Amino acid sequence: MNRSLFLGGLLSGIMLLLAIVSFVWTPFDHAVMNIPDKLQTPNGTHLLGTDHFGRDILSMVMVGARTSLAVALLAVGIGIGLGVPLGLAAAATRGSWLDEVIMRGNDLVFAFPSLVIAILITAVFGPSAINAIIAIGIFNIPVFARVARGGSLSLWAREFILAARVAGKSRARISAEHILPNIANLLIVQGTIQFSLGILAEAGLSYVGLGAQPPTPSWGRMLAEAQTLVSLAPHLAIVPGCAIIVTVVGLNLLGDGLRDRFDPRLMEGRA
Amino acid sequence: MKLKTHFAAAASALALLASAAMAKDTVTYATQLEPPHLDPTGGAAQAIDTVVYLNIFEGLTRFTPDGAVVPLLAKSWEISEDGLTYTFTLQEGVTFHDGTTMDAEDVKFSLDRARAEDSTNAQKVLFSAISDVSVADPQTVVVTLSEPNGSFLFNLAWGDAVIVAEESAETLKTAPVGTGPYRFNEWVQGDRVELVRNPNYWGDVPELTGATIKFISDPTAAFAAMMAEDIDAFDNFPAPENMIQFEADPRFQVIIGSTEGETILSTNNAQAPFDNVKVREALAHAIDRQAIIDGAMFGYGTPIGTHFAPHNPAYVDLTGQSNYDPDKARALLAEAGLADGFTTTLHLPPPAYARRGGEIVAAQLAQVGITAEIINVEWAQWLETVFKGKNFGLTIVSHTEPMDIGIYGRPDYYFQYDNPEFQDVMTRLNATTDPDQRTALLQDAQRMIADDYVNGYLFQLAKLGVAKAGLQGVWANAPAAAIEIGALSWAE
Repeated sequence: MNRSLFLGGLLSGIMLLLAIVSFVWTPFDHAVMNIPDKLQTPNGTHLLGTDHFGRDILSMVMVGARTSLAVALLAVGIGIGLGVPLGLAAAATRGSWLDEVIMRGNDLVFAFPSLVIAILITAVFGPSAINAIIAIGIFNIPVFARVARGGSLSLWAREFILAARVAGKSRARISAEHILPNIANLLIVQGTIQFSLGILAEAGLSYVGLGAQPPTPSWGRMLAEAQTLVSLAPHLAIVPGCAIIVTVVGLNLLGDGLRDRFDPRLMEGRA
Repeated sequence: MKLKTHFAAAASALALLASAAMAKDTVTYATQLEPPHLDPTGGAAQAIDTVVYLNIFEGLTRFTPDGAVVPLLAKSWEISEDGLTYTFTLQEGVTFHDGTTMDAEDVKFSLDRARAEDSTNAQKVLFSAISDVSVADPQTVVVTLSEPNGSFLFNLAWGDAVIVAEESAETLKTAPVGTGPYRFNEWVQGDRVELVRNPNYWGDVPELTGATIKFISDPTAAFAAMMAEDIDAFDNFPAPENMIQFEADPRFQVIIGSTEGETILSTNNAQAPFDNVKVREALAHAIDRQAIIDGAMFGYGTPIGTHFAPHNPAYVDLTGQSNYDPDKARALLAEAGLADGFTTTLHLPPPAYARRGGEIVAAQLAQVGITAEIINVEWAQWLETVFKGKNFGLTIVSHTEPMDIGIYGRPDYYFQYDNPEFQDVMTRLNATTDPDQRTALLQDAQRMIADDYVNGYLFQLAKLGVAKAGLQGVWANAPAAAIEIGALSWAE
């Protein structure tokens, strides 16, 4: 077990656990405001203190983890769900007009600064968690399409694929049955990294008020709201800030660790 | 002995010189919103008045910091027995910044321009009573009203009623020319407006030689600028949570006052279920005002029970009528056939009182079963969907115009309160000049809208002024949007 895989798994595991636990239990109801108790520093009752409305910050961070993870997960899901088939199709028809259309389309999406377009999408269709998911998801499509195509191209030249073709399997079937399982490790590694980027993007969007809307807690919005209070009650910014850091660092380490383990190029080197 | 005196004289002269060189004679004042242009007679934005009112432009009358109306360009006036004819005697020797003389012709031009058919004045209703303006001689203007109007002199004090010259009227938006103690110098869009003292001012020449009015919309940046002493004062500080820190800091003085802003939970009276007075009453009882003031404004603000400023002598305290009583709210909802609650929208413009207050209101409404879906909007969007489009359920906004209870007499106003009885009271109020009768009518009006629970009345918006310790003459209250530079000076 390599170290970054362990540490990454541990950190992202904690956050995942917090998010899951929040479905059944949080120390307090995250939406209940208790204004006389506002801006408490961490103490025995409120482990991470309270915010400017007297809400329990630990509960908010736990439910916020849910928001962040759900948005990022669904966005990566969109990326894999649409990007991978596109990449496989492009690789299967290498050099054809379809390949060209798909890959140039990808270049087009890649050419735009992703966060700016995400802001555009949420500004046009209204800010909401769903629109944030779609906006982040769209920019995951070309990433997965490229990884899928790149990984597949080398496989198409291999003997076992040739054997499958001789056996009369269609290109689509070969892609699904032989190519996909062999690029799964690449996709998992890329997925982990995109996942952490998705969390950052969600935090960024909700920081500017375009992510999940109140009263749904979100780390980015917690940070934005803490802004003017930072000199008065620094924990308001530190807590959600740390939550974002821990999650993103955890996922990046996990991605690194997984690549060390799964990347075929590295594996060949080891063998 | 003689030598000694000389020395002393020289020394004190030197000291005087030094202190004159050291003393600050300008001010950098910050405000949150940048005006769209600088013509107070051609736009509704309060930000215009904040910059130009009493600085660049002056009217026949003006507001004092405590809200009274006193003569300005009109030295004095006579009102005829029937209350229909106002004869204004103008100040002598008044010139516009471009050197032309301000006389009766300019007053006639300004008033006629404001009330004209094609006028772009945002408050045309202020001049609706005028039937004729005539020039008796260069220093005398006779204004004839079609009906008595008890608030006519008050109306003339508004920023929308300032006197402008025909020669410069077309270009006021970018090159404002008025009669005030300060002249427009430069407008760096997105950053600041610079004013310089008018050496030919007709009145007492003000102390400060110039002023910069900076626009800082972001509360965090405002705090940083104040702390770094980049600015000398902030008109109405956008983040109430920072006031504690300013108070604790000897470099600053905190000046808390009141604005004319009735902050209300505006309710779309024409939209179901808010067309039912029981539902609106339930709404009123579901709201805990003190929690909103504490949570959103950090304790700054005065609870109100009707659409009227508490510092006004005619104010009636009706907060008890809509006290916080969630059980009563639930019972009222049940009576209205909405025992299971309902879902509505809550549009929130950018200021903290709305965004934060809205979150608290939504949480309080949830307690009685009303789901208010929060929609954060920018001002432009708010004007479009809520104010013009009337496409909303609830919204939170502060109505900052002075004495604006009259908006309830306009059935097409965005919250769409249509009560002929109330409109009748407003008509009678306009026709009444006797102060006692006016007070009685105003109080009737306040009770009427409280009885009808037209809107959720939250609190009177506080004015959170902060300035460097030595700055004197800062307006504590805001009877009108204004930064009166002419009243400012630095302590020795």
